[in-house]
Amino acid sequence: MSTVVDIRNLGVSFATDAGAVKAVDNVSLSVGRGEVLAIVGESGSGKTVTAKTILGLLPETATTRGAVVLSNREGTRESDIISLSTHQLREVRGTDVAMVFQEPSTALNPVYTVGWQIMEGIRAHSDISKKEARAKAIDILRRVGIPDPEERVDHYPHQFSGGQKQRVVIAMALVLDPGLIVADEPTTALDVTVQAEILDLLRKCRDEFGTAIVLITHNMGVVADLADRVAVMYEGNVVEQADVETLFSAPQADYTKALLAAVPYVGHGAASAVERVAARAAGWAELTPVVEARGLEISYPGRFGRPGFRAVNGVDFVIRPGEVLGLVGESGSGKTTIGRAIAGLTKVTGGSLRVLGAEMNGIRERNFRPLRSRLGFVFQDPASSFNPLLTIAECVAEPLIIHGRAKDANAARVRVNELLEAVQLPRAYGDRYPHELSGGQRQRASLARALALEPELLIADEPTSALDVSVQARVLELFAELQREFGFASLFISHDLAVVDLLADRIGVLYRGSLVEEGTGAEVLGAPKHPYTQRLLASLPVPDPIAQAERRTELRRIREAS
Amino acid sequence: MTAASVTPVRRRPLRDRLPIVHQLRQSMGLQRGMLVAGLVMVAVFILCSIVAPLIAPYGFAQRKDESGAFGTQQPPSPEHVFGTTVGGYDVFSRVIWGTQTAILVIVIAVLLSIFIGVALGLYSGYFGGWLDRVLVVVCDAIYAFPSLLLAIVLSIVISAGQSNLWGGVLAAAGSITVVFIPQYFRVIRAETVRIKAEAFVESAKVLGASNARIVFKHVFRNATRTLPLIITLNSSEAILTLAALGFLGFGIEPTAAAEWGYDLFKAQSDVTSGIWWTAFFPGAAIVFTVLGITLVGESLNDLADPRLRGRRRVAQAAGEVAATSVVPGGTLTAGPGGLDGLEDGQSFDEHGIEVRR
Amino acid sequence: MSTLATAPVAEGAPAAGRPKPKSQGGGFGRYLLVRFLLIFPTIFILVTLVFFLMRTTGDPITAAQGGRLGPEALAALREAAGYDRPLFIQYFEYLGQVATFNFGSTLTTNRPVIDVLTTYGPATFELVLYSLIVAFAVGIPLGRLAAYHRDKPQDAVFRVLAILWYAVPIFFAGLLLKLIFAVWLKWLPVAGRASVNAELQMQLVPNKTSFYTIDALMTGDPAVLGDVLAHAVLPAIALGLLTGGIFLRLVRTNVIGTLATDYVDAARSRGVAESRLLRKHAYRPALIPIVTVIGLQIALLLSGAVLTETTFEWKGLGFILAEFLESRDFVAVQGIVVLLAVIVALTNFVVDIIAAFIDPRVRY
Repeated sequence: MSTVVDIRNLGVSFATDAGAVKAVDNVSLSVGRGEVLAIVGESGSGKTVTAKTILGLLPETATTRGAVVLSNREGTRESDIISLSTHQLREVRGTDVAMVFQEPSTALNPVYTVGWQIMEGIRAHSDISKKEARAKAIDILRRVGIPDPEERVDHYPHQFSGGQKQRVVIAMALVLDPGLIVADEPTTALDVTVQAEILDLLRKCRDEFGTAIVLITHNMGVVADLADRVAVMYEGNVVEQADVETLFSAPQADYTKALLAAVPYVGHGAASAVERVAARAAGWAELTPVVEARGLEISYPGRFGRPGFRAVNGVDFVIRPGEVLGLVGESGSGKTTIGRAIAGLTKVTGGSLRVLGAEMNGIRERNFRPLRSRLGFVFQDPASSFNPLLTIAECVAEPLIIHGRAKDANAARVRVNELLEAVQLPRAYGDRYPHELSGGQRQRASLARALALEPELLIADEPTSALDVSVQARVLELFAELQREFGFASLFISHDLAVVDLLADRIGVLYRGSLVEEGTGAEVLGAPKHPYTQRLLASLPVPDPIAQAERRTELRRIREAS
Repeated sequence: MTAASVTPVRRRPLRDRLPIVHQLRQSMGLQRGMLVAGLVMVAVFILCSIVAPLIAPYGFAQRKDESGAFGTQQPPSPEHVFGTTVGGYDVFSRVIWGTQTAILVIVIAVLLSIFIGVALGLYSGYFGGWLDRVLVVVCDAIYAFPSLLLAIVLSIVISAGQSNLWGGVLAAAGSITVVFIPQYFRVIRAETVRIKAEAFVESAKVLGASNARIVFKHVFRNATRTLPLIITLNSSEAILTLAALGFLGFGIEPTAAAEWGYDLFKAQSDVTSGIWWTAFFPGAAIVFTVLGITLVGESLNDLADPRLRGRRRVAQAAGEVAATSVVPGGTLTAGPGGLDGLEDGQSFDEHGIEVRR
Repeated sequence: MSTLATAPVAEGAPAAGRPKPKSQGGGFGRYLLVRFLLIFPTIFILVTLVFFLMRTTGDPITAAQGGRLGPEALAALREAAGYDRPLFIQYFEYLGQVATFNFGSTLTTNRPVIDVLTTYGPATFELVLYSLIVAFAVGIPLGRLAAYHRDKPQDAVFRVLAILWYAVPIFFAGLLLKLIFAVWLKWLPVAGRASVNAELQMQLVPNKTSFYTIDALMTGDPAVLGDVLAHAVLPAIALGLLTGGIFLRLVRTNVIGTLATDYVDAARSRGVAESRLLRKHAYRPALIPIVTVIGLQIALLLSGAVLTETTFEWKGLGFILAEFLESRDFVAVQGIVVLLAVIVALTNFVVDIIAAFIDPRVRY
């Protein structure tokens, strides 16, 4: 099989404030014609840097060594990207190799129409008239599935939805019919249901256009869905390369094994949920709920007299003592809003929401404050959840000081050390500043802070979505352990069905502000009733290529049915 | 990717936490050159004001010595190295004494405006409400208005015709203060609004912290981190405004204090007849001081913004594997300025606010 | 003179990918209307501020005539002008007058203030226009070059130049320019808007506009036009370089910001030439914050105009304002300040509209 790109002994170093950092070390890879090679790895593995090298897109702070030999679609020309001049690079980009970016909303220039941007690429490489270029642009938009391309070609990027924007970005990559497309986390910024559509489109690129794809991702499900061959990267090195079936069925490298083991599967949580239910004392179901929502409505006011935005629309649910309710939904579903309303961060505008016995609709902060010691919150973004100017110990001591359990951070230190140990952080970490901890460590410290007063209710808002898979696995494990130990009730918010399934006793599915389905994990994920849940579930790629192929067929059936 | 694999990072050494010293160490190339040049110039300026009594040969209001009157508009000579003015003062002495007036005005103006601007900005940004809206509109209006005109009007109001040292200095400093308050207000308010939405402030709210505790413990120190930068930039503007007031005749009388703008005002007609020294030296003193402060401010500004910060180039990766290493445990452990941005992880909207796409 | 601290970076503004709600009917029209209505509070606040500030030192008559007239004469004058009434009544009366463009008469020369504004306004307008031309011609191309050659020698030179222009007070720059080009080299006139001869010739023009460039054109005499333009060179450079330096820094910072965005990388990955990336992809989105800040610079420009006009005896609003201030003619000062406030508010409105035309996200 002839190759489109052949990377030999690639090494890349960067100048950073912390000194020189080696991002990629001695990587050799090759991609055959019409093949999808997935490069998998966690942050810092060097996968994006490797991908950007193929287009010669590294910043000036980078120093490269080795060779990246790229050939054109016909195989008549070969060039080593690393030694090309700026001018030669320009000729290769777009015609021989193109790129699809992670964040479609930033990859499109906001001040030009999408048609203008597509045509620009065409006219950068050939001397064709504006009219012809425009016809080509319309044609390619149609082929990537943009409806009414004749009209949409003159629209600006902000007039498209996220998924459509990514289609436009793919159209731009395809328009000159390059032999290779480098797709850098092409679906990470998208919702699961949209992700499935974009993956289908990329598959079409390979099958219909015969384009080879280098797929950069951290998501094993995406790999199983699309890849022919997989390269696993870790700390700048390729630790394993194999066919997709071989890799998933018989991984060789220890890191690959650990990575695969860390990926949550839908259905793995059912057993533990059943166990927990069995362990409940009689009469548990009659206990007063910790949280009870009846016809809950939350709207955000509009600006300049525009109508407001209703984020949550008539939602009912209860969380009983010691129970974990998982709330799943895509962006805009209102799941975070509900979590914030329970914590008193967002005003309830309609219906009833009782938290720890207090009615939140119309409550005053003064009246709610005493109840706050019985409530904990873990935020999504580990980067901003700690005051950068305080040490971890000072941050964890905050609740103790605020609620009068300790005079100051020093007095609280003994308790803080206990808490840090409970979340498996060395007590010495208490003296560090937040930026000196990794994301996973910060989320643990965040758990320690939330649990300091042993609350009855813990709200976790996507606590692991900013973390790498292996880190996520450990944090989830810890969460489950702490929940067993402390017995708090919890609202666990996530966009990932598999994550929610691992922890939750019951799962609620939110769609555009409404709770469309609620039940135990076995009910909701085993036999979903609502079409949206079905679609959501079928869209979630599983990290198993054979099972995933079946699910694809299932998804297609659901889509056609609706 | 385990906790144990993280190499322990100690508390940053003191030299990395001090403002300016930290930036100096961080800088390189042109940026370091600019910063160092600026710091040297500022040091000369401050030094001059401290030792003015030692280096200035005459007093700022002195027109004669034992050997008689200095004479007016005398060209530079050994007795009067920068010559004498139309009023018969020694130019060199007045340039040196002028540093004291300038520093006095800077200190008073910056202190006053910071105090008021920060307090208003914090209140407005954190609590919002109608007072916030009124303050924003008023500050925006003042901000958009030619500040010099406002300063003139204010200096008339404040000095009420007096032009002794303190009257003049307070009038200048006071008018500059009012002009600057909207700037500090805007910056601090914007920062406060941003920080208010950060998870650590929300976390403190969820924990039940009082507003006072949140404002002072969490918001205040984070919101004021850019202050050194604004202070430097406003110091240079304070000097320029003081000089402009002096130049327009709303400054300090020559007998009360030495003020460069006033000397330029009096030197205007000299220029037409080719007498350059009366205008050149006070003007050059203004340029020197403002240039020094601005260079420091610009460099701080650049260094605060990772996009504008210059970076050293690394040597070829070949053969240096031992010297460089991949950040252990992924990028997040690299701390600020690690690999972040090169290798993106996932990107969900940063404030946890769900956005309808 | 609030420029350095506020030169904003494009905050990834164009890049920040938060989709705005889909435009609802008349979104842009509503934006324009809201923006237009915002002009009024701005003017109102400034008028109020100036009125009360001026009055804290006493009424205009006492300020202007105090010491020259006896107490009885003064009191009679004050009563005649209505300055003995409560301050708030006077304030509302003044607001009413301003709303009908009636600014009263100057105390020292007893001319209608509106007359002063129409006579001296054009001179200031011309000065600001010429210096804006200089500022744009200098600031924008050099800023782009500096951004493109970031951290290279060209960049260093341009940046140091920009800082230097900022550090030199405008009146000192003016004095130096005068000294070198007018006194020593004798290439250009020292001061004024035109020489006596040219002034006389322009007096003869029917329908005189007070815009000297236009009047000089109407005389049909190239010598007059040359004379008028020669007089404008030094003031325009003195004021224009300062502003140009600010533009340079603004353009540089923002273009560096947009050059680092994904969409520039994306265009690069399509094989778009580097020069075109700079010209089209980086420059235009960078313009959005630049235009907004340039709008705010109008205040700085007017401050600078006061100093420039004084330095070059350019008989515009700034020059006459300094004279009225000297003679404590607060009715005149108040009138001029209010006019400037209106100009500032209008400029910011126009600038917002321009920004909206560059940024389709506001338009649609």
